[in-house]
Amino acid sequence: MSMKTSTRQVDGVTIVDCSGRITLGEGSVILKDVVRELLSKGQKKILLNLGDVNYIDSSGIGELVSAFTTVRNQGGELKLLNLTKKVHDLLQITKLYTVFDVKDDEAGAVKSFS
Amino acid sequence: MTEQKVSYTLDSTLETVDSAEQAASRIATEAGFDDDEVMRIAMAVREAAVNAVLHGNAYDPGKKVSLAFEQTGGNLVITIKDEGKGLDPDKIPDPLAPENLLKTSGRGIFLIRSFMDEVVISPSQTGTEIKLVKHVHGPSEGVKEASQ
Repeated sequence: MSMKTSTRQVDGVTIVDCSGRITLGEGSVILKDVVRELLSKGQKKILLNLGDVNYIDSSGIGELVSAFTTVRNQGGELKLLNLTKKVHDLLQITKLYTVFDVKDDEAGAVKSFS
Repeated sequence: MTEQKVSYTLDSTLETVDSAEQAASRIATEAGFDDDEVMRIAMAVREAAVNAVLHGNAYDPGKKVSLAFEQTGGNLVITIKDEGKGLDPDKIPDPLAPENLLKTSGRGIFLIRSFMDEVVISPSQTGTEIKLVKHVHGPSEGVKEASQ
């Protein structure tokens, strides 16, 4: 299953609901394009909902890091929501779990944006 | 675990990466690994295939990726070989070092080492061979060995 995304706005925060696989090729490209498009529209408070992402490889991890730093460099914030166990474990072993701001409650996550 | 060997010769394409992952998942399942271990083995093979296709063969249509699965002595042994310039494992930066944490690449070999029991990287002028070994720890294997 390839990656799919849809976006919605909640109290000034753009929530990107992601599903499928974030892997080398299409999945990583889709994520990159979505974040780039949001930034071009001035939407810099981004919450990536990864609740339906069942697989991510090293390229996908790299794309998450790229999205995180790109948004931050433009004065925005990118946070992660609803990690599956597989993605959670991957971020743990790569020591990225503490780099990303990871949330498990959507309402609380939206409120956490400054 | 039944002893057998399966080999593939694959093109240097993204489809090869997916095919290698799917083959690993199927063979690891047939070998009796549980779902979590199957996922780890398949991801290790995927990462090794990515290295072979992208960094080894650089998508060169004239170069192939060799992939072999061997079940022997209670181990699943997977070999992936490219025809590139040769990867020097000593030159791969530590992706866990603070200065590398926010790099967007360089985690493939680390993940492979994390997920497999043994990893041997053999670079040469004709390509890089990476051998991945996973030991079977399942209870059925232990019972079988104990009864022999």
